[in-house]
Amino acid sequence: MSAGLTAPVPMKARTSRLSAVIREMLSRPSGCIGLFLVIANVALALFSPFFAPFDFKAMNANAILAPPDSTHWLGTDQLGRDILTRTILGGRQAILVTAIATPLAVAWGGLLGIYLGLAGGRLDDILMRVVDAFLALPWILKMLLMIVTFGTGIGVLVPTLAFFYGIPVIRIARAATQNIVARDFVLAARARGHSRVSIMRRELFGNVLDALMVEGAMRWSWMLLAFTSLSFLGFGVSPPTPDWGLMIADSRNFMAIAPWQAFAPVIALSSLIIGINLTADALAKALGIDRAQTAVH
Amino acid sequence: MLRIFIRRLLLGIATVAIVSGIIFAAVEALPGDACTAILQRDASGERLSNCRRELGLDRPAVTRYVEWASGAVRGDLGISAHNNKPIASLVGDRLKNTLLLAGCSLALGIPLALFLGVLTGLRRDRFSDLALSTIAIFAMTIPEFVTATVLIFVFSIWLGWVPGIVTASASAPLSAFFPGIALPVLVLTMVMTAHIMRTVRSSVIDVMSSDYVQMATLKGVPYWQIVFRHALPNALLPAINVIALTVGWLLGGVVVVEKVFNYPGLGHYMIDSISDRDLPVVQAIALIVAAAYVGVNLAADLLAMAFNPRLRTLKARSP
Amino acid sequence: MTGDVLIDVHNLSIGFTGRSGKLLPVLRNIDLGVRRGETVGIVGESGSGKSTLALAMMGYLKHGLRVISGQSLFGGHDLLAMPSRDLQRIRGGKIALIPQNSGQSLSPNLRIGAQLTESLALHGKVTSSSIPQRVTELLQQVRLPDPAAIAIRYPHELSGGQQQRVAIAMALAGDPEALLLDEPTTGLDVTTQAHILELLSDIAVRLNKTMVYVSHDLGAIARVCNRVVVMYAGEIVLDGDATTALTNPGHPYARGLLASIPRLGDTTLPMALEGRPPPPGGAGTGCSFVDRCVIAEAPCRAERPDLQPLIAGGRTRCRLPDRAESIPTKRHGKPVSASGSFGEPLVRLSNLAINYAQPSVFDQLLGRNPQGVPTVDRIDIDIRQGEVLGLVGESGSGKSTILKAIAGLVGPSAGEIAYGTFGALSATVEQRRPEQLRDIQLIFQNPDESLNPRHTIEQILAQPLQLYFGLSGDALRERSIDILERVRLGAHYLDRLPSQLSGGEKQRVAIARAFAAEPRLVLCDEVTSALDVSVQAAVLDLLDQLRRDSGTTYIFVSHDLAVVRALSDRVAVLYQGRLCEIGPAAAVYSRPCHPYTEALIGAVLEPDPGSRPVLMAEDIMELSPPAKGCPFQRRCHRKVGSICESTTPPQRDAGAGHVIHCHIPIDELTSAQTLSALGNAVRPHVQ
Repeated sequence: MSAGLTAPVPMKARTSRLSAVIREMLSRPSGCIGLFLVIANVALALFSPFFAPFDFKAMNANAILAPPDSTHWLGTDQLGRDILTRTILGGRQAILVTAIATPLAVAWGGLLGIYLGLAGGRLDDILMRVVDAFLALPWILKMLLMIVTFGTGIGVLVPTLAFFYGIPVIRIARAATQNIVARDFVLAARARGHSRVSIMRRELFGNVLDALMVEGAMRWSWMLLAFTSLSFLGFGVSPPTPDWGLMIADSRNFMAIAPWQAFAPVIALSSLIIGINLTADALAKALGIDRAQTAVH
Repeated sequence: MLRIFIRRLLLGIATVAIVSGIIFAAVEALPGDACTAILQRDASGERLSNCRRELGLDRPAVTRYVEWASGAVRGDLGISAHNNKPIASLVGDRLKNTLLLAGCSLALGIPLALFLGVLTGLRRDRFSDLALSTIAIFAMTIPEFVTATVLIFVFSIWLGWVPGIVTASASAPLSAFFPGIALPVLVLTMVMTAHIMRTVRSSVIDVMSSDYVQMATLKGVPYWQIVFRHALPNALLPAINVIALTVGWLLGGVVVVEKVFNYPGLGHYMIDSISDRDLPVVQAIALIVAAAYVGVNLAADLLAMAFNPRLRTLKARSP
Repeated sequence: MTGDVLIDVHNLSIGFTGRSGKLLPVLRNIDLGVRRGETVGIVGESGSGKSTLALAMMGYLKHGLRVISGQSLFGGHDLLAMPSRDLQRIRGGKIALIPQNSGQSLSPNLRIGAQLTESLALHGKVTSSSIPQRVTELLQQVRLPDPAAIAIRYPHELSGGQQQRVAIAMALAGDPEALLLDEPTTGLDVTTQAHILELLSDIAVRLNKTMVYVSHDLGAIARVCNRVVVMYAGEIVLDGDATTALTNPGHPYARGLLASIPRLGDTTLPMALEGRPPPPGGAGTGCSFVDRCVIAEAPCRAERPDLQPLIAGGRTRCRLPDRAESIPTKRHGKPVSASGSFGEPLVRLSNLAINYAQPSVFDQLLGRNPQGVPTVDRIDIDIRQGEVLGLVGESGSGKSTILKAIAGLVGPSAGEIAYGTFGALSATVEQRRPEQLRDIQLIFQNPDESLNPRHTIEQILAQPLQLYFGLSGDALRERSIDILERVRLGAHYLDRLPSQLSGGEKQRVAIARAFAAEPRLVLCDEVTSALDVSVQAAVLDLLDQLRRDSGTTYIFVSHDLAVVRALSDRVAVLYQGRLCEIGPAAAVYSRPCHPYTEALIGAVLEPDPGSRPVLMAEDIMELSPPAKGCPFQRRCHRKVGSICESTTPPQRDAGAGHVIHCHIPIDELTSAQTLSALGNAVRPHVQ
C-alpha cells in the first residue's frame, strides 16, 4: 500500500480577500461608475469649504433667482444666494450624519441579529415579535416622534437613524445566521464545546459579514433618503445651512420661473444615491450574493 | 387549515395590540400633552391642572390606555386637540382619500410590476432586463420628493399636461381629485413597481433554473407551456408577500408624496398633526396604519396558503 | 432482441469556458452506439462526465456547456443540432428521462394525475378521452397501489419511492423507444432501491425498451444491465458485456474500482484506490489514469491511448489489457479486526429514549406537553473499549439521532448514557465537563458542510488544539502537521481552503480534526456516504489504521451494510428507532438473524452479475414508529400474528453475545432462513 500522500494541487499565491473583491468590483462598469460617484461626492463634501466660490449665507438682493451666468455658474436662489456654493456644500450634513449612523446601525443590528439567530428560543420569539411590531410603523412616524421630542441636532439624528435603521439589519443578520447555523460546521463547533461567543466570533461572523456589507451599503442609501426627506419636510436641517432637501423644497415655489434652482441639488443627490446603489450591486456580485432577497427600508 | 388561520389571526391581533401599546407609550413620552397643545402659552399652573382634570389626563397611564384602546375598537378615536372635532370623522375623510390614491397606484402598479418582473426574469441578462432592472433600482432608492419634483417640472411646468398640486379639500368628493391625482399616482406607482418587479424577477429566475423546469423541458413540453403551467404558478407565490409589504408601505410611507402634492390624505394629516402637537390624532393615525399593515400581511399569508399546496398540508408549526 | 443502432454518439466532445478563458472539456471524443433492446450501464464517479453524456443523448446541455465537436444521433438525426420544435417531439415521445431526484423533478404545483396527463397529451399516442384510463394503467404498471388516490396527490405528499415510481410512469407515458435513467435510485433506502430496480429490469425485459442507465453504483448496474461502459475523466475507458466487465475488466481503473467496493462476504477491508481524477482540462498528454495506475509505463505518459478491441469482446482504452488483468481485485492479508478481547465497557446506553417532537407555542402557553411516540426507544447497548460498533439502518432508524445524543447535541427523554468513569453524561454539551467533551468526538457525513469554507486547514485544526490543550504558536503548528501526516496529508495543506481540496481530502481533514483531540470515542456519522466509491475505501483504511494505532473506540453509523461489515467488530441493526439485533458482525450477517436484517441483506446489490437481490419487506412509508409491539410489525414477512403488534419482542440469545429481538424462537428462525438470500453473505466470491 502506498504512503497515501496525494500529489499537491498547484496553487497560485493567495492574495488578500479584500483586494480580490475590489478588483472584481472594478472589473464591472457598474462598480467603476458607482465607486467613482460615491468617492466624488464624499470628497466634495469633505473639501468643498476650501474652494466654494461664495459664502453660502451671502444674500445678494440684486441677483434674486438669476439664471446661470459667468458669476453664478448655476444661478441664484430666491434670496440671492449662489446655488453652486450651496450645492457643493449641500451634501455635508447629509453625508456626515448618515456616514456615522450607518456603521452604527449595521453594527448593533448585526450583532443582535447574529446572537438571536444563534440563540433561538424564547428570547428570539419575543424579540422578533417586537421587531415585526416596529416595522409595522411607517418610518416617518418613528423619525418624527423622535425629532419632535428631542429636536433636530446631529446628536439626535445620528442615534435615531442608527437605532431605527438597525432594526431591519437584525432580520437580515438573523436570517443569514440561521442559514449558517444549520450547517454542520457550526454543529461541530458546538459539539466540541466552544462557547456561544466563540462560535459567533469564529464561525458565524466571517460568513455573515458579506451579507452585512452589502446591506450596509443599502442602509446608507435608505438613510440618505430619510434624512433628505426630513429636510424637505422642514424637520431636518434648519436654514440657512445648505442642504439638498431644503434646497429642493425651496425651489418648488419657483419652479415655473426658475427651474434651475432645483436641477443642481436633484442631480447631486441622485448621483450619490445612484453611486451607492451601483456600488452595492457590484459588491454583491463580487461577493456572490443574491440581492433581491434584501429587505425594504 | 382552519387552525392555522385562527392562529395567524390571533397573532395578528396580538401584534396590533403590542403596537398600540408602543404607540401609546411613545406618545406619552413626548413632552407636553393635549392640554399644553390646547392652552399653548397659557399652559401652566392652575389652568393646566384644571384642563388636565377635565380631560382626564391626571389618571394613570394604564387606565387611559385601556380607555383609548377600547374606544378605538368601537370606532371612537377621541377628540382632536386642535379643533375639538371627533377624530374619527376627520380621519375618515382623509383615509378615504389615501385609499383612493393607494387604490389607483395598486391598480396600475401591480399588473405592471408582475408583467415587468416576469419579462425581466425570462430575459435575464439581456438588454431589456439590464435596462429595466437599473431603472427599477433608481426608482426605489431615489427619494420620492426628488422624483416628484422632477415629474412636476416635466409634466406640469414644461408640458403643462396636469396640475402640479392638488387643490381639492379633504372632504371633497372623489371625482374632484382627478386629474390632480395623476402625478402622485405616477410617483407611487414607480416606487412600488420597482420593489415588486425585483422580487418577481428573482423568483422567476430561481424557478426557471429549478430541477422541475429542466425536467419539463426534457419531457418535451413547449417553452410557453412550461412558463405558464410550471414556472409562473410557483414563481409568483413570493410576490404575494412582497405586494403585502408594499401595500403596507403605501399606507404609511406616502406621507412625503402627499405633502409634496398637497394631497389631503392620511399622511399629510399626520405631518400636520405632529407639527401642531395634536397628539390624539397622531396616536389614532399610527394605530390605523399599523392595523392596516398587519391586516394586509395576514391576508397575504392566507392567500399564499391558498395557492401553495405545500403550506396547506404541512402540520402547523410553531411560528 | 438487439437490433439496429438507436442511439449513436460520434466523437462527441463537450466543454465549458473556464475562468481563464480556456476551453475545458467535460467529455472527450465519446464514441458509443446503443442498439435497440440493449440495457447499457454507464459507470463513473463524480467528474467522469456520465451525466453530461446521458443528457447529451437527449440533445440537452446544461447551462454553460457547449459542443466542441461531434454529434449525438438518435434514429439517425443529430439531436444537438436539431431545432427545438423537433426536439420537443422526440423528448418524451421517443426517448424519455427518469431523473435522479424525483422529488425535485416533479412540479410542486401540479397534481400527479395532471403531470401524467400532460405527458400523455403531448406525445399523443392516445385519444384524449382515454387519457384518464391510461393514467391509471401507467400507475398500476409501476406497481403503485390505489392509483386513484395517488393521482389526486401533490408530489410532496408522496414518499421517495413513490415519487420515483411516478417518474418512471411519466417516462413510460409517451411510449418511448429508449429510456435514460440518471441515477434513479440515489437517495432511496436500500430496501426501496431493490424494489425499484426490480421494476426497472422487469420493464426493460417485458416492454423491450432500450435502456441507458447512468450510475456510480456498480451493484445497481449489475442488476439491470447487460452491457457496461466505464467512464473516467470524460472518456470511455472500458466497454463490454456486463459479466466480463464486472468480474474481469480489462482496464486498471475498472479493476481498481471493483476492488474498492466493500462486499458482504469479505473478511478484509477493500483495496483503496489512491489519488483523484484530473479536473477538466487537466488530463495532460498521456493516459488520464496514469498518475494512479500501478502498471503504468513510459509510453502511457507520452500519448493518449485510443479505444482498442479486447479479445473477449468489448473495448478498452488501456495499452496493456493483459497486464491489467493481472491486477488483483482482492486484498489479501490482515483480517478486519484484531481478534483480541476488548476492554471494559466505555459507553453504556441504558433504556435510552429520544423524542424529537417539540411542543408548540400554544401548547407551551397552556402548559401541555404532548409526547407522542418517541423517535428512539428502549436502546440498551454496551460498547467496549477499543471496539468498533456498527449501527446499521435505513432512514428513520434513529442511528444518527443516537450519535447526536451521545455527543450531547440532543437530549434523551428517558434512560441514560454512561461514559467511562464519569457515570451518566449530562444531556447537552453545555452542561458537560471539558474532559468529557474532549474525549468524545463526532465526524459528520458531508465534508463540504462540516468544514467552515472560510477557514484554512490550519485554522480548522487549531480549534480543538487550542480549546482542549491550550496550544499556540510553534507548538500548535507542529502538532497540526503531525496530525495531518497521520491522516496521510502533507504539511502543505495547512494554508489551503476547503474549496481547494477533494471530497476525500476534506473528509480526512475532518478526521484529523477529530483525532487532534485525542479522544477515546469517535462517533462516525455516515462518514463515507458522501464520498465516491474509490475514495471510500481509502478513508475506511485510514480509520482502521488510526484505531489500531491509538486503540480508539468507534461507533460507526451507515446505511451501507457492506461498509459497516468491513470495519466493525460488532453490529447493531435498528429499525424505526428500536433495536432489532446486536452481535458480532459475522454472526449478525448470517443466519439466524432478525427478519429485518434478513430483508436488508437480501436487498443489498452486489456488483456481481450473477446475484439477484431478494425482495422481502413491503415498500411502504412509515410515518412514525408503532406505539407498541415490534417496530417491524407493518412490513415483516415473517410476522407471527397479533402478538407482534401488542407485545415488545423478547431478547433471544443466539450465543456469543448475539441477541435478536423477535417473537420467533432462534431455532425456528435458523431453519426458516436456510433458503433465503443470506446465501449471498456467506458465499465466497469468484476471483
